[in-house]
Amino acid sequence: MTDYLITGAQLPEGSITDLLLADGRIAATGSDAADMAGARAGAQVHRIDAHGLVALPGLVDLHTHLREPGREDAETVASGTRAAAVGGFTCVHAMANTTPVADTAGVVEQVWRLGEDAGWAQVRPVGAVTVGLAGEQLAELGAMASSAARVRVFSDDGLCVHDPVLMRRALEYVKAFDGVVAQHAQEPRLTAGALMHEGIVSAELGLTGWPAVAEEAIIARDVLLAEHVGSRVHICHLSTAGSVDIVRWAKARGIQVTAEVTPHHLMLTDEAIRGYDPQFKVNPPLRTAEDVQAVRDGLEDGTIDIVATDHAPHPSEDKDCEFAAAAMGMTGLETALSVVTEAMVADDSRDFGWQDLARTMSATPARIGRVTGQGRPLAAGEPAHVTLVDPSARWTVDPAGLRTASENTPFAARELPARVMATFYRGVATVLDGQPQDGSTR
Amino acid sequence: MTSGAPARVVLSEHDISRALTRIAHEIVERNKGAEEVLLLGIPTRGVPLATRIGARIVEAEAGGLTSEDLVGTIDPTMYRDDLRRQPTRGLEPTRIPPAGLTDKVVVLVDDVLYSGRTVRAALDALSDVGRPRAVQLAVLVDRGHRELPIRADYIGKNLPTARHERVSVHLSELDDADEVVLS
Amino acid sequence: MRHLLSAADLSREEAITVLDTAATMAATQSREIKKLPALRGLTVVNLFFEDSTRTRISFEAAAKRLSADVINFAAKGSSVSKGESLKDTAQTLQAMGADAVVIRHSASGAPHRLATSGWIDAPVVNAGDGMHQHPTQALLDAFTMRRHLMPEGGAGAGLDGKRVVIVGDVLHSRVARSNVDLLHTLGAEVTLVAPPTLLPIGASTWPCRISYDLDAAIAEQAPDAIMMLRVQRERMSSAGGGFFPSAAEYSRRYGLDAARFEALPGHALIMHPGPMNRGLEISARAADSDRSTIVEQVANGVAVRMAVLYLVLAGNEGTPS
Ligand SMILES: [Zn+2]
Repeated sequence: MTDYLITGAQLPEGSITDLLLADGRIAATGSDAADMAGARAGAQVHRIDAHGLVALPGLVDLHTHLREPGREDAETVASGTRAAAVGGFTCVHAMANTTPVADTAGVVEQVWRLGEDAGWAQVRPVGAVTVGLAGEQLAELGAMASSAARVRVFSDDGLCVHDPVLMRRALEYVKAFDGVVAQHAQEPRLTAGALMHEGIVSAELGLTGWPAVAEEAIIARDVLLAEHVGSRVHICHLSTAGSVDIVRWAKARGIQVTAEVTPHHLMLTDEAIRGYDPQFKVNPPLRTAEDVQAVRDGLEDGTIDIVATDHAPHPSEDKDCEFAAAAMGMTGLETALSVVTEAMVADDSRDFGWQDLARTMSATPARIGRVTGQGRPLAAGEPAHVTLVDPSARWTVDPAGLRTASENTPFAARELPARVMATFYRGVATVLDGQPQDGSTR
Repeated sequence: MTSGAPARVVLSEHDISRALTRIAHEIVERNKGAEEVLLLGIPTRGVPLATRIGARIVEAEAGGLTSEDLVGTIDPTMYRDDLRRQPTRGLEPTRIPPAGLTDKVVVLVDDVLYSGRTVRAALDALSDVGRPRAVQLAVLVDRGHRELPIRADYIGKNLPTARHERVSVHLSELDDADEVVLS
Repeated sequence: MRHLLSAADLSREEAITVLDTAATMAATQSREIKKLPALRGLTVVNLFFEDSTRTRISFEAAAKRLSADVINFAAKGSSVSKGESLKDTAQTLQAMGADAVVIRHSASGAPHRLATSGWIDAPVVNAGDGMHQHPTQALLDAFTMRRHLMPEGGAGAGLDGKRVVIVGDVLHSRVARSNVDLLHTLGAEVTLVAPPTLLPIGASTWPCRISYDLDAAIAEQAPDAIMMLRVQRERMSSAGGGFFPSAAEYSRRYGLDAARFEALPGHALIMHPGPMNRGLEISARAADSDRSTIVEQVANGVAVRMAVLYLVLAGNEGTPS
C-alpha cells in the first residue's frame, strides 16, 4: 500500500504542515511526517506538494440521493460515490427513497455493501421512518440500526412525516439507539401541486406556489415535539428566513435540533425560474433573495449546523420537458464545496473561514450521523480521510464533464471558485490532480 | 445605401406639380370626364399623389364631384409574393368610396413604377374588393426594369436608371419637400 | 415579432401595431371575399394539449383566411400529460414543416419551453398556458375596448386613461394576467376585484389596483369596461380547494347582477371571455344587454389572431423583432 507525504498544506485554522498518510491513518504531522516517511521500511511513498492548498477533513454529506436500487439510469452507488470523491467527500448518507424503499435491514445492508465494494467513500444508508415512505406505519428502525449498515439517521425525505403522532413516536423510538429523525419539512395540504416558491414570481408565472409557511409550520411543530419527548431532531434542507428564526429560537430554548442548508439554497433564488427551465425545479423550492441572506446568516452564526447537498440526479428526459412535468432536484456533490466557498468563505464581510467550512461540511454532519472516524481533526492517529483544495482555482461547470451519471446541475456554465485537487479515503487516494483514480490506479 | 454617383434632383417641386396637372388632364380626357373614375392610391406615397390628382380633377370638373367620391386607397401588402423576404410591413388601410368600384374605371396611383410587382399585387387586391370596368395605372416616375408585363397609362416622367441606382420620391405631406432624387 | 408568448413581452408600439393590423384585417372580413393570400403556402399547426374548441376554431379561421394550411393536433389528456412528449411532438411538427405553432397547454410555461428549448425553429404563439398567459385573448379584449371607447375607432391609439374592472377568479386566470399586463402597457387603469382567496400571493406588485368589494369598485372607478371572469363551480368544494363557500354567496358578492349593472356608467362595456356561467358571475340582464360585447369579442378574436399570425409569419425569415 502506498504512503502519501503531503507537504506544505494549510490546515483549516491556518497553520502550515506536512501530513504522512500510512496504513489508513494520519501517521504523523509537522516535521515528524518527513522523518517517519524516510524511516518506513518497504513502503512506497508518494509525495504531494500541497503548497497553496488547504487540507480539510474528508467532507461528509448527510443528504445524498444515490438512486440505487431502482433508478440506476440516474445514478448508482458507484457513480454517485465517485462523484462524491471528486467533490471532496469521504462519506455520504444515502437517502431512503429508492425502489424498493430502504425501509428494511436487507435494503440498507445492500446499499452499504455496494458502497464498500465501490470504495470511493463511506456509504451510510439512511433508513425510512415509515414503511414504503407511506407515512402510516413505523418501519423496523431497530433492525436497520442493528444491521451491518448501522443506520443512525432516519428520514422519509422527499415526503414529510406529517402525522404528528407518528412523528412523535419516531422521535421517541430512535432514542433507544441514539438515532435521529431527519425531517423533510413540508406540510402536504399547503403544498398540493406546488411547483415553486409562492410569491411575486409564482404569481406572474402562473405556477402553483409552495408557501414558506408550509415548511415553517412543520419545523415549529417538530421542535416542540422534540422538546416534549426529549429527543433530537434534524431539519433537512431548511430554506426560509422564518425557518432560521424558529430554529434559532428552539436552540436558545435548549431544544436538541440541528439543521442543514443546501448549496443551492445558499446561492440561487426563485428569479431563476422566470425562463421555466426545469433545472431550477427543486424541493423545497428556490426562495427569495431575503431568504438566501437569512440562511447565509444562519449558517454563519451556527443556527444552521451543516451544509448538505441534497444531491438529486435525474435523467435528462425528466428535465427536458415542461416545468410542471419535470422532476424536482439538482445534483450537488461536485459543486458543493465551490458554492459554499463562493457564498460564505469568499465573502469578506462574513466571519466564515475554512475552519467553519470544515465544521459545517465534515465534523458536524459526522457527529449528527454518529459516524465515528469521519469529520475528525487532521492529527496524528486519526483516520486518513483528507481533502486537498486549491482555493485560488476557478473553474466553469460543464454538466457533461461532471462525474455524476446525470446532468441536472443548476450551475451549468457558471464560473466557481475552489477546486478539489485530491481526496484520500481510508488513506487511499480516490482523487489526484482533480481526477478520480479508477480501479487499477488506486 | 449609397452608390458612387452623388444624389441629384431629377424632378423639382415645380416639375412634380406640372406632371400631376398633366396626368389629371389626361385622365379626364381619356375617360371623357371623371364621373366613372375612381383614383386609388397605393400606400405609402401613392396616397398623397392620388389626393393631389383628385383635387386637380375636382377643380377642373366643376359640378357635383367631391374628393371623397373620387379618391381612395388600396393596400396590396397582403397580396405581395415577397412577404417573407422583406422585413414585416405594417398594413395600411384600404379605403374604397361608399359607391364601391364595380363598373368604375379604377386608376391605380403610385410613385415609382419599377419591377411591376406592387401593381400586380394591387390588381389582385382589387379583384377581391370588386369588379371594375377597367383598370388604369398612373405613376409619377417610370424607372424601367419591369419583371412583369405591366405598363403605365399615365407617366409623370420616364427616368432611365441603372438597377443599383435608387429613386427617392419626397412629398410634402410625408417628407419635408416635394422632389424626386436619383442616387 | 418572433413569438407571442406573453402579453408582458409586448411594448406599447408593438401592441398598437397588432391592434392596428387587426383593424385592417377586420375591415376585410366584412367583404364578400374574406380570404387574403398573405400566408399562402405556409403551414400553421394548432397544437392543443387542452380542450378549447372556441380558441382552436378562432385560430383555424384566422389562419385559413390568410390562406395558410392548417394542421390541427389535439393531444388532449391521455399519456401526453407527461413531459417528454412535448419535445417529441415538437420535433415531429418541425419535421413536417410547420411554419408556425399555435400551442394551448395546461402547464404554465409550455409555450415558453417550446420557443426556447431548441426543439423547434418555428415561431410559437401562445393560445393559453395553464394559469400563466393568454395573450391573444387580451389583445382581442383591448381591440374591442379601443374600438368602442376611443375616438374614431382608436386607430393608432392605446387605451390611455380608460378604467377597466376585472372581476373573478384571478388566481387561476391566465386571461386576467394577460389583461393586466396589456391594458397597463396601453395606458388603461385596471382594478382587479376578487375574494382574497382567488387572488395570488404576490399580486400586490402587479400594475393594477386590487379590491375585494365589487360595489365599491364600481362606485369608485366608474369603469369604462367591466370584464367578468369565468368561475368554476368546482372551486367551492374542498376537493377543488374550497376557495369560496357557495355559488350563491359568490354570486351575491361578486356577480354582475341587475343592481350592479344599473350602477355602471351608461357607456360601460360588459365583457366576458366566455364561456359564461349565467346566474353565477353574470346575469342574463347584463350578458344580453346592448352594451355587452361578448359576441363581438368572438368576431374580433379572428381579426386579432389574423394579425398575430401575419406579424409572426410575414417578414424576414429569422429576423428577430
Ligand atoms: Zn427533501
